[in-house]
Amino acid sequence: MIVANRKSLEEILTMLKPYKKVLLLGCNECVTVCAAGGEREVGVLASELRLARSKEGQEIEIKEQTLERQCDHEYIDQVRPFVGDYEVILSMACGAGIQYVAEKYRSKPVLPAVNTSFLGVTLEQGVWSERCQGCGTCILDQTGGICPIARCAKSLLNGPCGGSSNGKCEVDKELDCGWQLIIDRLKELGQLDRYEEIIPVKDWTTSRDGGPRKRVREDLRL
Amino acid sequence: MILRAFESGVDGVYLAGCLEGECHFLRGNLRAKKRVQYVKGLLDEVGLGAGRLEMYNMSSAQGQRFAEVAREMTEKIRTLGPSLVKKVKGKK
Repeated sequence: MIVANRKSLEEILTMLKPYKKVLLLGCNECVTVCAAGGEREVGVLASELRLARSKEGQEIEIKEQTLERQCDHEYIDQVRPFVGDYEVILSMACGAGIQYVAEKYRSKPVLPAVNTSFLGVTLEQGVWSERCQGCGTCILDQTGGICPIARCAKSLLNGPCGGSSNGKCEVDKELDCGWQLIIDRLKELGQLDRYEEIIPVKDWTTSRDGGPRKRVREDLRL
Repeated sequence: MILRAFESGVDGVYLAGCLEGECHFLRGNLRAKKRVQYVKGLLDEVGLGAGRLEMYNMSSAQGQRFAEVAREMTEKIRTLGPSLVKKVKGKK
């Protein structure tokens, strides 16, 4: 899922300085799983904001609402009946959700309460790790199910660099060398011969490098 | 829940959990300990001070310890003084 982490309280308070009536929107999907912007985090942030403002002798009114998702307009529409009562929307969804809310409620400033980082997985409760860069041309079949774009610091396509040492990457000794992982996995699968297949120069046009992307399925359009 | 208590204007909160290793719910007191640490961090962030929240471990058979802890925490909060938060309004 998309992994994000909440901005510091200081940063959020600075963004909220001009405002007294805030609609705080959480999201029930990815940011709930990575404990950044779900219902619980909405409750905690709302409490923190009220405490901080009260300490300064200032008031703040916060409506707490957690939507199923903020990337589908049917869910964002649910706040339409009362959005007019608030001066600003503070969203704890990922960057996609925050922007979609901003698109739907053009007369309201929409502020980000989280920093969205990567597509990843839950290794254990409290630990999330990057796995996918959304490059648009998946080659996981050739690399034993391990992605060299996301898991190699240099996104190399044909084996490790000279900085790979004891299975670790030169940029961080805690970081596994992506290519060591691939080689080990291909061995396990009995597919080490695939390692010798040259993966050609990558076509990055399917990635963000080709510009912001859009996908259309004509067969699904009403 | 702890934050709501501070929003209502309380000056201090303490949790009493079972002795470590003797939790009726096995690891409930260890989870609580972690959560208390987290909320202490939030209280520092907000400017109220982590010292207003503490966790103590004791057996429900230790009446004297309970009283001792109550006295200790009361003294501690008295030294810290009242919370700067007036009862928070505007909660929806």
